[in-house]
Amino acid sequence: MILEAKNLVKWFGTEENKTYAVKDVSFSVNYGEMLYIVGPSGSGKTTLLSIISGILRPNAGVVFVKDKELWKLNDNEMADFRLFSIGFVFQDFHLFPRLTSVENVAIPLILQKKSWEESIAAGYKYLEIVGLKDRADLPPHKLSIGEQQRVAIARAIISEPDLLIFDEPTASLDGDTGKKIISFVRDNILSAKKAIIIVTHDNRIYNYATRILRMEDGKIMASNKGEF
Amino acid sequence: MNALQTVALKLLFNDKGKFFTLIIGIMFAVLLMMLMTATFTGIIQKTSSQIINLNADMWVMDPSVDSTRDNIPIPDYVLDAVRSIQGVKFAVPLYSGSGLVKLSSGRYQATQIVGIDDSTLFGRPQIIDGNINAIFNDDAFIAIKDSDFSKLDSPKNGTTFEVNDHRGIIVGTGKVSMGGLFGTPTLYTLYSRAIKDLPTTRFTISYILLNPKNTKDISYIKQEVTKLGYKTWTRQEFIDANSNYYMFKTGLGTNIVIMTLVSFIVGLSVAGQTFYAFVLENLEKFGALKAIGAKKRDLMEMIFFQAAIVGFLGYGFGVFASSTLIALAKLRLPNYASVVTFPTMIFSFFLVLIIVSFSSYIGIRKILKIEPFDIFRG
Repeated sequence: MILEAKNLVKWFGTEENKTYAVKDVSFSVNYGEMLYIVGPSGSGKTTLLSIISGILRPNAGVVFVKDKELWKLNDNEMADFRLFSIGFVFQDFHLFPRLTSVENVAIPLILQKKSWEESIAAGYKYLEIVGLKDRADLPPHKLSIGEQQRVAIARAIISEPDLLIFDEPTASLDGDTGKKIISFVRDNILSAKKAIIIVTHDNRIYNYATRILRMEDGKIMASNKGEF
Repeated sequence: MNALQTVALKLLFNDKGKFFTLIIGIMFAVLLMMLMTATFTGIIQKTSSQIINLNADMWVMDPSVDSTRDNIPIPDYVLDAVRSIQGVKFAVPLYSGSGLVKLSSGRYQATQIVGIDDSTLFGRPQIIDGNINAIFNDDAFIAIKDSDFSKLDSPKNGTTFEVNDHRGIIVGTGKVSMGGLFGTPTLYTLYSRAIKDLPTTRFTISYILLNPKNTKDISYIKQEVTKLGYKTWTRQEFIDANSNYYMFKTGLGTNIVIMTLVSFIVGLSVAGQTFYAFVLENLEKFGALKAIGAKKRDLMEMIFFQAAIVGFLGYGFGVFASSTLIALAKLRLPNYASVVTFPTMIFSFFLVLIIVSFSSYIGIRKILKIEPFDIFRG
């Protein structure tokens, strides 16, 4: 097991006027899994994703990642944990428009204080893995949305994290491109030593999941294998 | 330079529009600040030109004197009294005043006349044409070859003129360390001739110039001169008093301070606003970096490095532009009172540091406030 979440609770607002985003959620993720968290807007998917990736502190509950209790880490330890153990692919990719693709990909290694040369060399290698080596020296805005998505994936995997987190990865993509990307991730990135958690409400890609958690009103309503 | 700083530089350099706006903003701020402070320094230096040129260690004067513009005559007995003070190596009289010169062309020209001690010629200019001994000839004057020399119709040895209905003849030309501020040419002559040819009051000595035997004697000499009812300033004290007079009693300092402040505010607002826009444009990306695992100190390092680079480049270009402008202006206007000094450069650099600190502060504050969770929420 790579991740275990127990009795997670998160609310926003004041003590008197609480709005619960996550209500007593427990689940676990195993190595080799491609877990989807699905549900309608406002169901608490993104909040849950933020809690298990060490970005948003829960009001109650615990998260263990590789047997380490996540929310007992201090700020710097948490930043290091995210940097070395988690790869993020954001919904809007958040690539720096003023850097080339390879420079964007190299950023996690640069934050790990690796040298510029080493980071860029690794950037080329991972862009080759996602099939974009020939586009490495172009800035993101010269790439198609699908290509930008792959640059973001290369950035997420360059530090070889055990856990990859994708936030709405196909939201900006057309159906075919979305399927291609997820298919690529499953076939090339997922391994027995990694786990991938994907938050999505795109039912066109449900059949690529090994397991699907369906959320509604901050609770996990169902846990299914494969497509709903 | 580490890899993170390289990323910071690329983010900065690749946004050419904002980068050049930042550089030009700071450059113009530095240019204006340098021109203001250099002009001020130049004016202040020129107002003290007589003190610098005559190069006496100490000056004795009437207690009412605030600056070299004040010329309050001292009775002769004070000179004798000063000479008798223990610790005084020598003391000589100085005449300093203005005279109306009628040139051979018939034109009149206001002139600064300096009468130096007949016995020692203390404070004499460096002779570049002629012989200093010629100053003892009848009606002899030495013209100072500075930027105002041409106002005397560029006289040569033997050129005659009238000063206060007395004949004068140029017996040599000389140079001094610094020209005056008010654009009048300078003639040197003997003290005795100056007080004979020029209208004077009952007392004739403008200042007494003296050198002490030892610097330790200065305070004693001051005390003794005070007992005589007069005051003594060392060269530096006189220069400082002169500077303070122009700075605080003429409005010149206030105007320069206001203009420098305006230049600073312009630079601060242009740089601060552009830098803020630069940070805002990349704000979500910096938020994503925080989510990925960038620490606060990493982001602060990036922002401060960018601000420092912009500040240093803007400062360098600003100093270069101001120095070039001043040099070009001096080629066309030899009397242009503007001097770039080390303190001027340090002062501008200090103001640029404030601009850089302010710009980075508003950028860093914004970046530190963004929560990685906001990136997920979109």
